[in-house]
Amino acid sequence: MTDRASLLDVARIRQDFQALCTPFHGRPLIYLDSAVSGLCPRPVVDRVSHYASFEHTNVHRGVSTLSQEATDRFEEAREKVRAFINAPSASQIVWTRGTTESINLVAQTFGRQRVGPGDEILLSAMEHHSNIVPWQLLAEEKGARLRVIPMNDAGELILDDLDSLLSERTRILGVTQVSNVLGTINPVKEIIRRAHARNVPVLVDGAQGVPHLPVDVTDLDADFYVFSGHKLGGPTGIGVLYGRRELLEEMPPWQGGGSMILSVTWEKTTFCPPPTKFEAGTPAIAQAIGLGAAIDYLSGLGLDRIGGHEHALLAYATERLQAIPGLRIIGQAKAKASVLSFVLEGIHPHDIGSILDSENIVVRAGHHCAQPVMQRFGIPATTRASFSYFNTREEIDALVAGILKVQEIFQ
Amino acid sequence: MSDPRELYQQVIIEHNKKPRNYGDLETCTHHAHGLNPLCGDDIVLKVVVRDGIVEEVRFTGEGCAISKASSSLMTVNIKGKTVAEAEQMVAEFRGMIRGTLDTAVEPNSLGRLSLFQNVKNLPSRVKCAVLPWATLHSALHGETVVSTE
Repeated sequence: MTDRASLLDVARIRQDFQALCTPFHGRPLIYLDSAVSGLCPRPVVDRVSHYASFEHTNVHRGVSTLSQEATDRFEEAREKVRAFINAPSASQIVWTRGTTESINLVAQTFGRQRVGPGDEILLSAMEHHSNIVPWQLLAEEKGARLRVIPMNDAGELILDDLDSLLSERTRILGVTQVSNVLGTINPVKEIIRRAHARNVPVLVDGAQGVPHLPVDVTDLDADFYVFSGHKLGGPTGIGVLYGRRELLEEMPPWQGGGSMILSVTWEKTTFCPPPTKFEAGTPAIAQAIGLGAAIDYLSGLGLDRIGGHEHALLAYATERLQAIPGLRIIGQAKAKASVLSFVLEGIHPHDIGSILDSENIVVRAGHHCAQPVMQRFGIPATTRASFSYFNTREEIDALVAGILKVQEIFQ
Repeated sequence: MSDPRELYQQVIIEHNKKPRNYGDLETCTHHAHGLNPLCGDDIVLKVVVRDGIVEEVRFTGEGCAISKASSSLMTVNIKGKTVAEAEQMVAEFRGMIRGTLDTAVEPNSLGRLSLFQNVKNLPSRVKCAVLPWATLHSALHGETVVSTE
């Protein structure tokens, strides 16, 4: 009874997604690609449309009631993000374009201030390019070097090495909460605790974490936590940088322009306190408000129930796919989110992706912007299915049938 | 793509499994490295041109069935041709994939390479099919690295 009560009403939820209720090229769409981007539920679409139709103007400008109300809605969205990740204050929530921009912001401000010649930046072996390349650029600029926390064949970080990798030269540690390829849920709280014991601040890439797990940045004790709105079913072009207050205050501005200033003269400019200091120019207002609506939607369903449903789908899909001869699942960590990468013997992932596409099954095929992960497993690419709260067992059955068809064509 | 078998014809499947002219050449007169950064297709092409004739051609690399079969069939079809004839095939193959050359009605030298024409209905795979041809074009023009992105 309680189990039943805790289940999501998926049939009703699916009514909130027009893409799932409308034939796509004549047939139902099977969307198993939420790790690439979450579908927008109707309340998000409606909220963005309502804003654009009736409420739009610029924010933090002018004395009009219209502008004041737009500003209020925009700041309410910031407060929704704060509550969603349990940050101490909304002033610690900086709007960005997405995870990538958040990490670049930290690398170009905090990183530039703290990293010098001979210093080290510690990253995990399963980072997305967005948590590698900004640090590599910084390391090249400063004469610093990247070091890597290795992982085992199951796709779990080998934390035995962590304390020795945290050296006196380590200036920051960057780690993903959930691997976008392997689905591994990393023990970021433990990693942060051990890094802090060596006075090393930690940036957590939450892009793949927030859609699946309840996040509490205060409990994690994260120094920076970053994510993208669109992975939550919000609009693209909006993302979040959460930062520890003292760090945000010490960091220099990143981009200069309107909004972020207190006063400007030809001699000197003084800057607003965070978060405004980091928000030059007109922000993505409709997108921020849309992200607020996406958070309301997910909170309404309950992250725990979402996690429970996704976990059941992952267990079912893992069992079904493992039974297919010639199929190998990449990423077999004990703690996994609903991301399932696999390879088929003798068949390239792009061919798998194309043939599944002919069945209206949307998956991702490629290196998933994580080429070092591909190199670690000695493969050029994988096919990845990712499951969300609106997916069903029937859709996984269709995936299995699709994979069998691929094998038949390639016989 | 309504029926994937229109694209994944038996010839393509077979050349993917057993690519012709696959391997390295110790010496060559022209070579190029072709990459599709987005999907990771990667081909190294080596060519021996003597007296204006493509005398030998080999390729190595990783890729999907479309790029591998396209590479394999390309090598089979250009071997023994003049450089000018090979270049013409590059242009015709590109034209076919872009939809500017209808191989069924217009004269061309593609022969059974026209089985790749269905790729034009699949924009995400166009680069896979074209990669070896773009790489050949670069090799013959002395450009050693090419990207189809």
